[in-house]
This record gives sequence, structure tokens and C-alpha cells, in this order.
Amino acid sequence: MSPAKDTYPTAPLHAIQDNRGQQPRLLAAGPDAGWEQHLDTFGPWEPNAAGAGLLEALGEAGLTGRGGAAFETWRKATAAAGSGRKGLFAARPVVIANGAEGEPLSFKDRTLLAHAPHLVIDGLAALAAALDGASMYVYAPAAGLPRVQQAIGERPRGNRIRVVQAPETFISGESSAVVNMIGNGNAVPTDQRRRLSESGLNGRPTLVVNVETLAQVALIARYGAQWFRQAGTAADPGTRLVSVSGPAPVRDVVLEVPGGAQLSAVLQEAGMDPAALSAVLVGGYHGRWVRPAAHALSPVGPPDRTARPGAGVIHALDLQTCGIQATARIVSYLADQSARQCGPCMFGLPAMASVLNRIAGGETNPRLASELDRLGRLVSGRGACRHPEGTTGLVSSALEVFAADFRAHLSGYCTGPGGAAA
Amino acid sequence: MKTHLHIDWTSCDGRGLCAELLPGVLDRDDWGYPVARGKTGRDRTDVPLRDADREAAQEAVFLCPKLALSLIDGRTPEPGTRVPGR
Repeated sequence: MSPAKDTYPTAPLHAIQDNRGQQPRLLAAGPDAGWEQHLDTFGPWEPNAAGAGLLEALGEAGLTGRGGAAFETWRKATAAAGSGRKGLFAARPVVIANGAEGEPLSFKDRTLLAHAPHLVIDGLAALAAALDGASMYVYAPAAGLPRVQQAIGERPRGNRIRVVQAPETFISGESSAVVNMIGNGNAVPTDQRRRLSESGLNGRPTLVVNVETLAQVALIARYGAQWFRQAGTAADPGTRLVSVSGPAPVRDVVLEVPGGAQLSAVLQEAGMDPAALSAVLVGGYHGRWVRPAAHALSPVGPPDRTARPGAGVIHALDLQTCGIQATARIVSYLADQSARQCGPCMFGLPAMASVLNRIAGGETNPRLASELDRLGRLVSGRGACRHPEGTTGLVSSALEVFAADFRAHLSGYCTGPGGAAA
Repeated sequence: MKTHLHIDWTSCDGRGLCAELLPGVLDRDDWGYPVARGKTGRDRTDVPLRDADREAAQEAVFLCPKLALSLIDGRTPEPGTRVPGR
């Protein structure tokens, strides 16, 4: 990766501290927080304090995963706890802190791991304690490992935590790829006939949890479900980190926003005028394009008024950029990032990228748009992981949001600056 | 008890035997890989079967040259409902 990725950005953290809307929770201990600073800010720590009651507290808090799927954390953890106790020979569960951040537009997890590694490890230790002493792993890209190892060294009983390096690929953070990398050194998804919570690493019940989710677990373990719900909405409680990027001169920034936050407010907080944008990519490369107006960021709600935050990526497109060309570049990248294990993905994604690039390049064949739609429907749901349907979702949102641009392209012109997309 | 035909896409090579044995259940896509007829989403990876198709599906499981197919009988038990050692 580029050298810039090896050094942690310090700029985003200043923006968090300037944040007027939401008091910082996850990064409250400030930049590069060490063990002492961490305890000073968040209070003393005892991983067993919440015990098995932690899972109940997570349920009351309504915490959902912050890595993309927004699955309820308590449900996942309870399933792993149940599988671990099953059978004559109880298998010791495994909890993995997932810091792989393959989304090119996401940088909130690496910012969190750089500045608040202890909060992440607190959450990991608390979940492991709630699962009768599960084994613990931290899985993170090379650039994040020294900071994690330093944090582990500062903690009492830190040596029980194993650290594994995540490769810099888009799919390296998919949960079965995480387990495959730790078990076999191969970070590609595996066929999942059984859930990882039943049979994961070495056949043991396995929980793969995003690092931000774990940091939220640590806060709930300390302060309880009611405190957690003081931010956000009833349907989307708590806060989340978002990685916001946009057209120059907008600087990449990590913000902590309350659940159900208005997209336009988040864009303004990051220094953008929503009226000067043609569309916003929400949720990452497996997310959706939406119009900047009147969308709330929430994993639940009607699709015309809510945008699912996924892994917390918010990327704005200005009026001068062609949405079709932007989407074509992303889909080409996604096709290239296929693990080439599953036929529909190995052949279908390059086929989609090719059609989209022909439209972007100005080919005026009116059948191309329906062919793109057909290919999307064909590959969806047919793979070991959700890479095909993630890609299809992005393309179908482009067909919807950039409908006027598609018509223009297919009749031989690009609408250009401030064109049909405006 | 509903039976599902599970397709392991990482093993499937698109040989097409399954589509021949189960013409009412599986079609083939542009590249020869099986597509469950009339199904969307993950029902195309864990394909729900009618009882009438069970036998042919079992045969497809045995004959698939890439061992990419398997039958899943019934639902996975809820945590705690089938716990002998508890």
C-alpha cells in the first residue's frame, strides 16, 4: 500500500474533538491514549465485572455490528455461547477483534486502533469473559499491528491475546476469510454450510467482531445499556464512527455521530455543502448511492428516507464528476478483488464491469443498461460470501440515482459539469 | 422438515450434471454454473427443495464430480434446544 497508509492520520482526531453535535465517546481519551490515560478517562477495568450479564446488557443496549452487516451483537454472541456449551466435550469459543479495513474509503477502524486500542481490547476481553473464557485474537493490517502490540504489552494479562496480520485486500475482513487467515493463512472466504458461531476456527464456536463494535461493548460493560441509549434514536441507539471523504479540498475525516443522524448534517460537519454535491456513496463499495438530501443514517428504516451506514463510509461526489464513471471505476476494482473461487463472481463481476465501462466510455447501445441489470440479478446470492450481491446493490443504486446520466450516456453524450445529475 | 440443497460455490466448476438431474430446480447461467429457478438471495445457495425433488437431489449430491453439493435437512436447532451435556 502507499506510504501514506502506514502512518496514522492525526487530522481526523482534531475534527472529532471539535465535534459540536456529539460528545466524543470512543475517542474520549484523546490521541495515542496509553493504558494510564485510558484508565483515567474511562475508569478502572475488570473484564469479569459484567460476566455473563454482559450479553443481556448488549441486548438492552441494542448494539449492532459496526463492520457492515449491522447484525445484533448480543444475538451473535449468544449463539456462540450456546454452541460452546453444546455436546459432551464443550468447545472453548473464540473471539476475534476484526480490524481489517479492506474498504478503500474506510479509515475509521485504523484511526480507532491507533488512538484507542485499549478500549477495543477491553471489549474483546469482556466478550471473551462472558463466553466462559474464550480465546482472544486481534486481526489487523500491518500498519496497525505495532500500536496493538504496544497496547497489549501495557496491560495486565495482555499476553493471552494473540495478534494476526490481515492482508490488504477488499475481502480480507469478511468473517469466514478472517477465520481462514488465522487458521490456514489464506484470507479468502470459505463455504459456510454451518455458521461460524457454531463451527469456526478449528471447529470452535467463533465470534468475529469489528473493532469499533468491541469498543462500544467496552463502554456498555462500564456504563450500562441506559447510558448507551442516551445517544441516537430508539431504532438506532448509540453512536457510530464514520469515515467521511469528498471532492478536494475536503479533507478525509473520522466523525462520531449519533445513531439516526441526518446525512446532510454529517456532510456539513465534514465541511461540505450538500447542495454542491450530486450524490453520496453511503456504506462503502458494497453500499448505495443516494441523493444528499433528507436521508438519515440508520441500519433500519424506509429506503427512501434512510441510508444504511454499513461500515460507516460516506463519500461525496461533486457536480463535476460523472457518477457513471465513478461507479465503473469502483465496479472494476470490485471485480478485480474477487477471490476467483466462485464462478458467478469470477465471471459475473468482470462482465458487469465491462458493460458499465462501455456505457461510461460512451457506447450508445440502448441494451447495455438492461444487460447490466440482468447480470446483477444473475450473480446475486450465488457465492460463498456476499461480494456478488454487494456489487449488485451498488450498481442498482447507480442505475436509479444516475438514471438521467445513463440515458444521456446511451444517447451519446455525458451530461458533464452540473449536468443531468444535478 | 424442509430440505435444502447447498451449493458450495468454491468447489463448483459448472459441469452441469446437477442441472440435468434437476431440470425443474436448476438452470445454468451464462458460464454453465447452476442457478436456482425462481429463487432470489441466499435461496440460490441453499436451495429449498420440494419432497418430489429430494431423490433426484440426492443423486446429484452423489454424482457431482466436484463434490460441491450437499443436502441440509431441516433447520439448524435453536441454541439450547438440543443440549445433551447441559
